[in-house]
Amino acid sequence: MYPETVLPVAFAIPLLCAFGTLIFRRDIETVKNLAWIGFLLPFVISVYAFLNFHPDETGYAFLSNPVDTGLGQFGIHFQMGLNGISMPLYLLAGVVGLAAGIVAIHSNFKRLQLYLFLMLIMHSGLMGIFASIDIFYFYFFHELALIPTFIMIGIWGTHERQVAAIEMTIYLTLGALISLLGIIGLYVAAGDGASLNMIELKEHLAAHPIGKADQKTIYGLLLFGLGVLVSLFPTYTWAPRGYGAAPTSNAMLHAGVLKKFGMYGLIQVAAPLLPAGADAWSGGLITLALCNVVLIGFVVMAQTDLKQMVGYGSVMHMGYCFLGVATFSVTGIGGAVMLMVAHGMSVALLFLLSNYVQKRTIILDMPQLGGLASRTPVLAACFVAATMASIGLPGFGNFLGEFSIFNALWQHSGWVVALAATGILISAIYGLRAVSKVFFGEPSKRLAEHWEKDAPKDLDTWERVPVFLLLAFMLLIGMKPLLVSDGINAHTKALGYYSHKPGDVTLIAPNVAPVHSSQGIQAAPEHH
Amino acid sequence: MQPIYQAFAADNPWSQILPEIAMVVLALALLMYDLFLKGERNRSGSIAIIGQLLIFCTLVMEGGRGEPGIHFGGLLENSPIGNFGRAFFVGCSILTSVLACTYLKRRLLARSEFHHITIIIAAAFMLLVQSHHFVLLFVALETATVGFYILVSYSRQSPLSLEAGLKYLILGALSSTILLFGSVLIYGAVGAGTNGLDAMNFSKIGGFVSMNQGDTLLRAGFLMIMAGLLFKVGALPFQIWIPDVYQGAPTPVTAYLSVASKSAGLLVMLQLLTGPFAAFQAFVTPLLSLIAILTIFFGNMSALSQRNVKRMLGLSGVAHAGYMLLGVIAAFHAPEMATKALFFYLVSYLLASYAVFGVMTWHAGKDDADQDLRSYIDFGEKQPVLSFILVVGLASLAGIPPLGGFIGKMLLFMAAYKAGLSTLLILAVVGVTISIYYYFGWMQEATFYFWKLKPEDEEKQKELEAKYPKPLCAGFVCTLVILTVATIAVGFFQGLIPVL
Repeated sequence: MYPETVLPVAFAIPLLCAFGTLIFRRDIETVKNLAWIGFLLPFVISVYAFLNFHPDETGYAFLSNPVDTGLGQFGIHFQMGLNGISMPLYLLAGVVGLAAGIVAIHSNFKRLQLYLFLMLIMHSGLMGIFASIDIFYFYFFHELALIPTFIMIGIWGTHERQVAAIEMTIYLTLGALISLLGIIGLYVAAGDGASLNMIELKEHLAAHPIGKADQKTIYGLLLFGLGVLVSLFPTYTWAPRGYGAAPTSNAMLHAGVLKKFGMYGLIQVAAPLLPAGADAWSGGLITLALCNVVLIGFVVMAQTDLKQMVGYGSVMHMGYCFLGVATFSVTGIGGAVMLMVAHGMSVALLFLLSNYVQKRTIILDMPQLGGLASRTPVLAACFVAATMASIGLPGFGNFLGEFSIFNALWQHSGWVVALAATGILISAIYGLRAVSKVFFGEPSKRLAEHWEKDAPKDLDTWERVPVFLLLAFMLLIGMKPLLVSDGINAHTKALGYYSHKPGDVTLIAPNVAPVHSSQGIQAAPEHH
Repeated sequence: MQPIYQAFAADNPWSQILPEIAMVVLALALLMYDLFLKGERNRSGSIAIIGQLLIFCTLVMEGGRGEPGIHFGGLLENSPIGNFGRAFFVGCSILTSVLACTYLKRRLLARSEFHHITIIIAAAFMLLVQSHHFVLLFVALETATVGFYILVSYSRQSPLSLEAGLKYLILGALSSTILLFGSVLIYGAVGAGTNGLDAMNFSKIGGFVSMNQGDTLLRAGFLMIMAGLLFKVGALPFQIWIPDVYQGAPTPVTAYLSVASKSAGLLVMLQLLTGPFAAFQAFVTPLLSLIAILTIFFGNMSALSQRNVKRMLGLSGVAHAGYMLLGVIAAFHAPEMATKALFFYLVSYLLASYAVFGVMTWHAGKDDADQDLRSYIDFGEKQPVLSFILVVGLASLAGIPPLGGFIGKMLLFMAAYKAGLSTLLILAVVGVTISIYYYFGWMQEATFYFWKLKPEDEEKQKELEAKYPKPLCAGFVCTLVILTVATIAVGFFQGLIPVL
């Protein structure tokens, strides 16, 4: 296999399959087969890339050749590659993509051809985001993946779809445009001859540092723009409503993978290239992130609708990632990446399982549910496992991520850790309560009547495949975290990106400060 | 002494304006054709399109561009802006002719004359963007405007079209007068100052303006000229005519107005502000910035509540004019990048606008002006191809990646940021976000709703459709598909538009 073509191929396959579905739209079986190819091959490639990941001295592996599509004179080239931070997220995209793809193929939507077309376009965007080295394309692919989301919610969504679709569109467009301004600002501030290629831009900035005031403005734009995309407090309302209305496979891809874009942008682009800016905003970011964890935590507890609960829960857990970014240390960033990967898989699984619950009960209002465990034991077991993962129990990656973030935060302020740790308690309360309400106890009268007519069946084969796929990868990361964390660690440390803590204000240009070798996140299990 | 005609020929390189001459000859040939071959009248559309395509090809190829420099004794300048504009306006008039074929086929209106006027307007615009002298500028602008007076009220049976024609006539004449008065004031100031001839030549004016920036007469004249151009662009506070005129005019004319007329105003403004009036840049920047932002907000906010899609697109075009004005301001500080960005923006705006107006032309019922948003319900089921074209066109106008409109906006924002307009940009971004609501609202109406009409309405609808059949002509659909494919392709391969 030619290493430089691996990533563009993984991006192109879903796109080509998408256009194939347009050509063969009359024949639904061919369309389904094309969709299988479009989801399976990127998965295989992402696993292959993960197993053969050996970065060169720039920190990247599988670098493709830069292509000038017409914007070369503005320093924009199409180039793909993976580094220690993007590799685990790329794997996440491949895995969740396949799981969501299987769900989509086996859904019985009207006009399934169009649905699969949009899913494939979205997946192709996802395979592009984390592999892009050029910041312009990184943004471009995010939007490519985002547009199908609006259409899918608008057409195939549930009761509130019109409102949810337009609300999500407006919020996310605003966020995307503000972050676009940030990217443009970064480009302009870098001066003449700057490129948007992350490798070149880093070298360029080391030679021509950006002034502190500029860094602060640009980082602010990126933080709030990307923050809206990751539902940073107070711009989170689109998320639960959008996910609640979205068709399941779309919600899996969006909440599981696409939403990580904003966080990834902060970690990969904003924080390393604008260290002084990140420093200046660190205190504000911690405050907002704590609001995400604690305030939204209370909101989650108040939810009675299962899907809304999962939606708000994902908003809450993003708060931990923001805390990790705000510490700006190797441990914190590593923990955030770890949590992003683990959370992406667990939230996708939770959305999927909630949908399976809904299929069997029609209602999603938790007080009216109950007694599902004895009727559908496999579903119940999987749901319990997914909930445990999302609460942050040892054995899953979520725990390691959260633990590393707390570890890094401790060096910043004990009070923040104390507040953030209440989030764990909150997660445990709502997670366990949901499990007990949905699966144990007696079903309500209405539900019992429904089940008399239509007895619930346990998961069938095609429902099990995506669930077990996600569970397997969640356990793999939980049990062998070194697989993921080694790469993150090597990248964050070796390049000396994230090596200063708030309060350490000497940095103007990246790559100048000495490397603090804080404990890497592989040390986390021993601490426990 | 050489004979006078030789001197005339040597000074005036007629080959420089061969494309314009060819356009006029084509326009006259159409009238002749109509006169002598009455039986074959309905072919005039294809003749117009093919003839213009040939001219377009020569213009796009290097050979058709002529020599850079000033010709015709200072009347014409062959500049990059002019060369871009020539190809651009021929492109507009080709697409207008294509739309007009579908429009005219369903109505009892003269055909050849429509194409004739369309082509004459394009030729006038082509001269306008090359003008280096206020006399040529005014004559070319008036030729185009008079053509539009006729086209706007072309649908004689429709009261709305006549109303639109009257409104455009009165306000257009007013704006022309203001522009003319402005150029006379400039003539007075410059002529008195230089005590010489040719005080309307841009080079002379430029030299004089840079020496006498504080001259009140000069400033007044300059502002009046700007006002006249802002009317063409449709920027605040000269946007008042837009909704009514856009709604009443036949849809192909609306498209022509919203793309060609707007762009002509912008390109001339760009040329004047970077050419003869370059010294006024600092003076005009705050004013123009304010106008740009107000235009963006006015356009977007007033488009929000429109239920008639023609009015909505007209007002969204006002907002687009605001974004483009940002590009003009950016050209003061980052000329090369801003010019490229503006050209790219205009081309992507052309591609998307004509695609959307094309769908509207086809969709129009008995009354062309009555294009209610509601009438698009269920469009996705009935016309999957056209609704795909509509969705891509609207998304490109909204500036959504990966379409051409996004690249245009991004380049424009990059240029503006480079020129230090970051505060304006933040406001512009808010404007773009507002525009998402109505663009997506239309898309929702067309594709998301699966509402069925009430049974009695359905019967009425069927009757209506039987009475007014809407055949889809292959050439028409092909053109729209080409526009759509180009919009998508340009998003991925930006180099396809040779302005970069």
